[in-house]
Amino acid sequence: MAQIELVDLAHAYWTHAEPADYALKPMTTTWRQGGAYALLGPSGCGKTTLLNIISGLVTPSRGKVLFDGVDVTGLPTERRNIAQVFQFPVVYDTMTVFDNLAFPLRNRGLDRRAVEARVREIAGLLDLTPDLSRRARGLGADAKQKISLGRGLVRPDVAAVLFDEPLTVIDPALKWELRSKLKALHRALDVTMIYVTHDQTEALTFADTVVVMHDGGIVQSGRPDELYDRPRHTFVGHFIGSPGMNFMPAQVMAAQAQVGEAMIPLARSYPALSAGAKLAIGIRPEHLRLSAHGEHRARLERVEDLGRVRYARLNFEGHRLAALVPEGEPPPSGPDIRIAFDPARIHVYADNLLVGEP
Amino acid sequence: MIKSVDNRAWFLVLPVFALVAFNAIVPLMTVVNYSFQDSFGNNQFFWNGLGWYQELLDPSSELGGRFFAALGRSAAFSLGILAIEVPLGILVALCMPRDGAQLAIGLVIMALPLLVPWNVVGTIWLLYTRPDIGLFGWLINAVGIDFNATKNAAQAWFVLIAMDVWHWTSLVALLCFAGLKSIPDAYYQAARIDGASRLAIFRYIELPKLGRVLMIGVLLRFMDSFMIYTEPFVVTGGGPGNSTTVLSIDLVKIALGQFDLGKAAAMSIVYTLIVLTVCWVFYTVLVTRDSQTVERPEVPS
Repeated sequence: MAQIELVDLAHAYWTHAEPADYALKPMTTTWRQGGAYALLGPSGCGKTTLLNIISGLVTPSRGKVLFDGVDVTGLPTERRNIAQVFQFPVVYDTMTVFDNLAFPLRNRGLDRRAVEARVREIAGLLDLTPDLSRRARGLGADAKQKISLGRGLVRPDVAAVLFDEPLTVIDPALKWELRSKLKALHRALDVTMIYVTHDQTEALTFADTVVVMHDGGIVQSGRPDELYDRPRHTFVGHFIGSPGMNFMPAQVMAAQAQVGEAMIPLARSYPALSAGAKLAIGIRPEHLRLSAHGEHRARLERVEDLGRVRYARLNFEGHRLAALVPEGEPPPSGPDIRIAFDPARIHVYADNLLVGEP
Repeated sequence: MIKSVDNRAWFLVLPVFALVAFNAIVPLMTVVNYSFQDSFGNNQFFWNGLGWYQELLDPSSELGGRFFAALGRSAAFSLGILAIEVPLGILVALCMPRDGAQLAIGLVIMALPLLVPWNVVGTIWLLYTRPDIGLFGWLINAVGIDFNATKNAAQAWFVLIAMDVWHWTSLVALLCFAGLKSIPDAYYQAARIDGASRLAIFRYIELPKLGRVLMIGVLLRFMDSFMIYTEPFVVTGGGPGNSTTVLSIDLVKIALGQFDLGKAAAMSIVYTLIVLTVCWVFYTVLVTRDSQTVERPEVPS
């Protein structure tokens, strides 16, 4: 049970690293007690490093980690009251499931009755009760991962549970089940959970706050719908949504954006854009309308049928765009079609950062 | 493609058959043949039936008594070196540096004894423990302990076991090191998070993961030490008296010293069968352990 604060935290794996070599760029952020957070980002963006710093497996080069205001930066893992679930299930092969779950409690000297009660409670939550007397060795990957999970949750005083891509080795069918189990556990146990993943579906379904990381820094953190509707960084727009947001380099003059020859009206005017900044406009594929009355010309390259939805791949003024084909409509035909932009849904980016409300 | 049946294809196996016959089957059958006969030289043989085997397996007979005494010494030697080499090998593997130049240096030093030829190992230890010119033998006499491996049976055993430990502990250690290296870091991290002590990490993570390589290490070391010949031949020659006459040395004494081909042949066959049986038991245990996915029902306390 803890609120986690990261104060001016940064990390480099070399001792004399330049700021550009930092695996983790300086960041300050606060994660509240009981929240479900997802650290989302591509491989190598520093999310596992950040997780290992919080759990104490890695000591940061700079900055502090506070649990409920107490500085724990120098404390070793075993004294931090942190539980961590790894990418591959870690179970003690020779022990029974019961002994596996009891292991962290027995190591901390809890008496037998308390151990028994707590293990049975957690096993019940994870549907492991029928397997308690089985050896861990012969179980499947999903059951083993549930045991790893259970060993994290079994400690009643745990400050936070950290997950490092825990569903990587699980069958797709069981992934759904485990993910919803995690959500249920989060509600039942009121414990802070931090979940590292590069899978946006996992992050968006699990977390109430998604923290998007890119190149060693946090680029945006917020509710899933905020990330989707108002990406504060072009990276977030690309990374969240499939296909991602369409970005086009543009000139912005008052309430109009010029892309190539085309003039696209915007919802408001942008008077205070600094000169010299690299400007771009972004729009989600579903806000690009394919319409015979649209005011802009585009060339249709192909239509992708993903089963549930179809996307038209377009070429507009030399830029590749994706547009959602509305349900029930026939796919557009002919290389020359017309499109329309929804002005309210166009975001303007200067040097990759969203230009906010004035 | 249509395949036709042609039994002449069996002729293609002939070269292999001839090769195996000449290097294995014929010599083995010669030994089997000898074991049922008695010879007084001059290439004259007399049928003896199961006589040698009956005598060999009867501890009250001269040959049987000699055989069981030598078998006991061989078993004691194997168990003795295993009891030292396995724990010591694990300990060394646990203490080895994990990476970098230190690891490379460590591995080279560890591999050195394994590269020394067996009779050279024997000679090294023979010289090393001699009371007059050997560094160890001279030193230990100098501090007032009477040491002479050619006169004292217990000291002769001490030298043989120390020599084997020096020669082969590296093998167990290298096997264990490979086993330890294959344990993912996540296991150690999880153990830290679970608050496990160093002993618990060894007991519940390292030892179970080492099980397989340890079985192989024990098998190799058992086989090798049970069949050891060169080193005791060089260092003690089986003495003082018969105190270090292990099976292989006794076998050579009977076959070449006394030229009792029948007795020696029967003894060879029994010796081989013991080695094969132990090998088979180890193999069976290894295989069943690997395929063991069935749980053992246990009621948690």
